[in-house]
Parts: sequence; structure tokens; C-alpha cells
Amino acid sequence: MGSLLVIGPLAVPVAAACAYAVLGWNRATAWLGALSAAGVLACAVALAATGGGDALGGQLTGDALSAYMLLVIGAVALLAMLAGPAYLAAELAAGRTGPRAMRRYGVLTQSFIAAMALAVLASSLGLLWVAIEATTIVTAFLVGHRRTREATEAAWKYVVICSVGIALALLGIVMLHYAGTHAGVTSLGWAELTAHADRLDPGVTRIAVVLLVLGFGTKAGLAPMHAWLPDAHSQAPAPVSALMSGVLLSVAFYAVLRTKVIADAALGAGFARTLLVIVALASLAVAALLLLGQRDYKRLLAYSSIEHMGLLALGAAVGGALALAAVLLHILGHGLGKSVLFLSAGRLHQAVGSSRMDAVRGLTARAPLLGGTFGLGLLALLGLPPFSLFASELGIARAGFAAGLGWAIAPALLLMLVIVAAVCRHAGRMLLGDSPDGAVATPYSVAVPLVAGLAACAALGIATGPLHSLLRAAATIAGAAP
Amino acid sequence: MTDATFVQLLDLACGAFLLTAVLVLWRRELAAIVWLFALQGIALTALIVVLGARQGDVELILIGLGVGALRAGLLPYLMRRALVAGGGGRETQPLVNVATSLLVAAVLAMLAYALSQPLVRLSPTPATQAVPVALTVLLIGFFLLVTRRRALSQLVGFLLMDNAITAAAFLTTSGVPLVVELGISLDVLLAVLVLQVLTTRMRAAFGGTDLDELRELHD
Repeated sequence: MGSLLVIGPLAVPVAAACAYAVLGWNRATAWLGALSAAGVLACAVALAATGGGDALGGQLTGDALSAYMLLVIGAVALLAMLAGPAYLAAELAAGRTGPRAMRRYGVLTQSFIAAMALAVLASSLGLLWVAIEATTIVTAFLVGHRRTREATEAAWKYVVICSVGIALALLGIVMLHYAGTHAGVTSLGWAELTAHADRLDPGVTRIAVVLLVLGFGTKAGLAPMHAWLPDAHSQAPAPVSALMSGVLLSVAFYAVLRTKVIADAALGAGFARTLLVIVALASLAVAALLLLGQRDYKRLLAYSSIEHMGLLALGAAVGGALALAAVLLHILGHGLGKSVLFLSAGRLHQAVGSSRMDAVRGLTARAPLLGGTFGLGLLALLGLPPFSLFASELGIARAGFAAGLGWAIAPALLLMLVIVAAVCRHAGRMLLGDSPDGAVATPYSVAVPLVAGLAACAALGIATGPLHSLLRAAATIAGAAP
Repeated sequence: MTDATFVQLLDLACGAFLLTAVLVLWRRELAAIVWLFALQGIALTALIVVLGARQGDVELILIGLGVGALRAGLLPYLMRRALVAGGGGRETQPLVNVATSLLVAAVLAMLAYALSQPLVRLSPTPATQAVPVALTVLLIGFFLLVTRRRALSQLVGFLLMDNAITAAAFLTTSGVPLVVELGISLDVLLAVLVLQVLTTRMRAAFGGTDLDELRELHD
């Protein structure tokens, strides 16, 4: 049973991808994507309830942390896939896509979900690397889906920068393997490396940890290797942007979390903490600076993702079970909120025909539902109650001050204040006021995931309910004290 | 194989590995760059085979030949095909000129030696003492990637980095586990194919592969 639940999240999207390859995209298969995402979500819930298992001779392991990440992947993928058919129908009506491109979209999005599931279920650093590189390859074509100059440019930058980043991570893995073999650990498994971390040579491990954090950090959109993110996230089709921003960044960040466990056990808490505080504050500063003068609402959302990845890095730097529980909750809340926003932005782009902010005026008057979800989504991302990001940001800040990292938390809070001011100014112009243009209709199949995502995000902010024990178990794994 | 021959052969392979990387910086014709990349693939193969022969490990020799088939055969073939389709060409104006590039390579080599001190200290065998060479090639590849403006030169820069990581893996620990090695090779191949498809699209959309044309997206 356990091994079935570990194979399931991989097999379901792979089967759906094969179905798309054979049958193409039509009225019947359009909802297959959502069905497969629901399957992944169901496997994640079952895995969390049964307490995990492993499969394929130990290559795949589902512990509480993997199950939690799988839950995030399933939830965000479900929202994105539910909005997919309406998005593609509108693109088809506008003549921007065709049957072949839609078939490819179906195959690639499902392979993308499968690759992310493989990344969080991999029991070794090597397989995790392969899975994360696979996500780059699959999403490159999704980013370049529209084949315009902008999309091609974004895809090129994306592949080159992320491949270089991930190559650095590979060198880090090689170094860790080198340190491991001299300490008698021949596999690259999490469990073995963590258990024998105290025997790893500190000099070599230090080099390895820097390379791993920098490498996986590139894919997670952390400064200084974040340059690809605003381009790729603003050019991809809306459901893909939702997936990339909502979960792919977090999956890459999951790799950083796993690395940190090994680093803390081998080198003490200080080394990884310093490294993460630097990248966290750099990411927050980059996001704050570029949000101030932003003119494009999709890029606004992309820079907000860099901000939230910075916050996650800050939470991870604090360490300990409390901060890590807040980080994990933040991953889910950000995934839900950001996917709602990217899906709203995609609908808005289709209606207005431009992603420039000055093309949008008085949105709440023109399209009350779309304006409402966009505005509430932004409030959620800014960390206002009742959304769960309020609770998780508060948790990270409190744990930070308690751990004596006030010197890092204080500038971070200041930068977040700048971001709140910038986003509110932009959002006010887009959402409020009168509009000379006509109303924008929002089909039900788009409205349902938007409202559901926001509702889930708000519900999590009030009570984590049945998630509580899973969250605690996952945080214990990620925040294991040395 | 005696100790002396082993060290000499290993140093020869590493020397060829480093020399090809430096020559890539020197040459500007894209065809010559691809040719040098193939030569470097052969040097990498020789390096792994020498290590395998030393350890009497047939599996390692076979892996080395597989790596060679990919790096010295398939990848250069793919790039040459892309080059023919694009009508050849030269690196017109690298951001840093050739003389300065070669000086930078010397500085990068010193940096690599300084950075790899902890690696050599852990186990000072002839093989690990050659790790700085691999790191130098890695840094040269990165430098190529950020200073060259043709799509193909950037691709070669990325592949130099990848060759260097493979060399470092074999020099330190006779390679990562086989499953991982297979996955890595497959991913590199796919990344090259993706970039090739994108180059074709870029030529269709922009009329060339000079990356200076890529200035639609910025803040």
C-alpha cells in the first residue's frame, strides 16, 4: 500500500501525459489534467494519513516532508488545471494556438507535474537533481509556448541561467559525494548523509553546501541568480505561470531545505544560516527595488514571488521546528495565493490584450469577480489576515526574534513595508476608479478555482485543522536540530 | 601500469583538457570552437579510461567510453548540424576581447587552485591533485557564457562547465552512482536539444542568433 501511494503521484500524471499524446486535446480530454491533479492530491493525502512508505528499491521515499510538498503540488496543480481548459479555449478563439500546440501543452503540463512529484519523492540528492533539471527542460517549451519574440527570449534566458545554476548544484553533489566516500558513505541518500554527517570533512562540505544553496537557489528564484524569473513567469501561459510560481519555486526550495539539514548536522547551524540570511535579504531588496517602478502586472507578480522566496530563505535561516512549520505553511499559502493571482492575470490579459498596468483601469467596476480575486489575492500576498500568509509571516518573524536574529528580521520587515507600499499603489490604480471600457466576463470554470484558492488560503489562516499534525511532522524533519 | 606512467598519462589527459578550454577562448570561428569542444570530449574520455585502467575497473572504462561517445561524438555532431543550418559564422564582438580573455583565464586558474585547496587536502592522490584543472575549466566555461554573444558560443560555455563537472566527479570519486550518471547525461543531451530548438525559433523570430537582439524583456 505504501509503495503504491509513492508510485501513484508519478504514475497518474505520466498516464495522463500519454493519454494527451495519443488522444490530443479535445472537449473530453480537456478535464483529464484536472483529474490527474486531483489524483496526485488524493495520493498526497493518503500518504500523509498512512505515514509514508518507499518504492523502487528505496529510490523513492515518502516521509512527512515529501507528503506535505506533494500536497502543495496537488493543490496548486488542481487550481491551475481547472482553469486550463477555459484559458486554452480563449487562446484558440483568439487564434493564438492550434490543435498541435494544445496537445503539446497537455503532454508537457502533465510531465511537469510528474517531474515535480519525482523531485519531492526522491530519496537521494542525485535523483532529486535529475528531477529538477527535468522540470527545466519540460517548462522551457511551456515558457516558449506562444513562440513570439518575447516568449523565445524568455525561454532562452530561462534554460541558460537555470541550467548553469543547476550545474553548480551538480558540482555541489559531486563534492558532497567526495566528502561522503571518505567518511564511508557511498550513497547520496538523505538518510545516510544526515546520519553520518558528523564524519564529513568540513572543508569540502562547506564548498558543497555553498554550491548546492546557490544552485538550487537559482531554480528557486533567489538573488543573485533570479534574472530569469520575471521573464519566464510573465511569458508562460497563465496556468503554467501559476504552477511555476506557485510550486516549482517551492520544490527547488525544498532541495535547499534538505541540503540545510545535512549542512547543519555537518557544520553546525551557523554556516547555512549566514548563507541563507545573505540570499534572503538580497532577494527581498531586489524585489522591493524592482516592484517600486514596475509597469507590468505579470512582472509585478513575478517579483512578488522573489520576495516570498526570500522570506522562505529567511525562515529556513532561523531554523528550528517552529520557524520551519511557518515556512512550510507559507509555501502552501503562497502557492494558493500566487496561483489565483496568475490565473486572474491570465484572464485579465486575454480580456485587455496587454499586461501593462496602465492598460487596466477601474477593474472592480468592469469585472467585479476578477477585480475581487485579483485584489484579495494581492492582499493575501501582502500578508493581511485572515489569509494564511499573515500567520506564517508572523511565525517566521517571531521565531527569528526569539532565535536572536533580530538584526536580519528588522531590515527584512522594513523591505516588506516598502513592498506593501509599492504593491498597494499599483493595485489601487488598477482596481479602483471608473472605467470607460466595457465589462469583462469571467466564465464559471475560471471563477471556481479562483474563489476556491482564496477560500482555502483564508481557511488555512484561521485554522490548519487536519493539516496540523502533518505540518508538525514535516517541520521536525526539515528543522532537525543538530 | 606503473605509478610513473599513470601520473604521466593522467597529467597528459588533464593538460589536453585544460588546453582545449583555453583555445576555445582564443578562437573566434564557431566551427573551430565546436571542433575544440570535440577534442576536449576525447581528452575527458582518455582521463576516465586512464583512471579505470589504473583501478582495473572494466565498468569505469565502459562508462568512460559512453561519456566519450556523448561528449566527443553526439553533442559536437548536433552542434555542427545547427551551425550548418545557421550558415556558420564568427563570434563577431565578444564583450571582452581575446587578449584580455586569455589573461582572465590565467586569473581564473589561480582562483581555482586557491578554492580547491580543501579538496586536495582531504586526499592528496595524483587524481585529486588534478581537480584544480577541472575547476579552471568550469570557471572558463562560465566566463565564456557571460561574455560571448552568439547562441552557439554560449552553448559551448555551458557544455565546458558540464565537462568540467564530469571530470571533477571522476577525479575525486570515480564518478557518482551509475543511475545518477545516466540521468545527468540524458539531461545534458535534452538541454542541448532544447537550446537547439530555441536557436531555430530565435532565427525565425529575430533573423539571427546574436543574443544582443534579445532586448525585448527588461525592467
